[in-house]
Amino acid sequence: MTIKELIARTIELDSDGHLKNMNDWDESLANALAFEEQIFELTPDHWKVINYMRNEFKTKGDAPSIRKLTKESGIDTKTLYALFPKGPAKKAAKIAGLPKPKGCI
Amino acid sequence: MTNDNEYEPIKKVSIIVSRGSLDGIYPGLIMANGARMEGIEASLFFTFFGLHAVIEKKMDNIKVATVGNPAMCVPSAMGPGLPTWMGALPGMSWFATGMMKKEIEKLDIPPIREFLEMIHDAGGEIFACKATVEMFHLAKADFCKQVDDIISVGQFYEKSAGAQIIFT
Repeated sequence: MTIKELIARTIELDSDGHLKNMNDWDESLANALAFEEQIFELTPDHWKVINYMRNEFKTKGDAPSIRKLTKESGIDTKTLYALFPKGPAKKAAKIAGLPKPKGCI
Repeated sequence: MTNDNEYEPIKKVSIIVSRGSLDGIYPGLIMANGARMEGIEASLFFTFFGLHAVIEKKMDNIKVATVGNPAMCVPSAMGPGLPTWMGALPGMSWFATGMMKKEIEKLDIPPIREFLEMIHDAGGEIFACKATVEMFHLAKADFCKQVDDIISVGQFYEKSAGAQIIFT
């Protein structure tokens, strides 16, 4: 467990760097979390992915598979990996304030 | 992945797919895709009958082996074992393949062709084994377009520098 100082408030993260408390999330925090992942600007395409993941999580209780994400968010696989180069599943979920996805695909 | 241990995280994997049955091919694809999802570099090397996964005319017709597969159970994994002679009945492999494909789809695992596209678009490299290509009298044109190259064992090891090699 680490506690990091982000955007002038204290946010608790788990050992993987995901938010401990999902209610801490807001758009400015997403920008800060992205910055931590060396994504220095969240483009409209990043937001498409983040918003889609958050909606999926709200209804299903888990982040979507990459396949579902690329089919339904309008962001194709190549773009997705370009947006989140260090692993789209983990990084996008982290920035979206969600726990690490449980699925294998 | 939790890094609460002292070991260096895996950065790169080279996955060898040597079998041409549905159950022989999928594990390698799932591992390669899973690696890319985690930001781990991944390459797939298809050899022997594993090559069927990337042969344009074969890849959509990959089947489950019902003969010589003592773990084959009906109607599901916890059901009784399928007697070997029944596995040899005409249509049995077709039937078992259909059942398994349905379950695979339910888990949102794509068919082999789409899975390879996904892995390739995700930056995974895909190679065919030169020795097998020669043995089977195949050429680059016989493969799906995701196959980056036909390479020798030596080249495979060169490309696998710094990688964990996984044989399936």
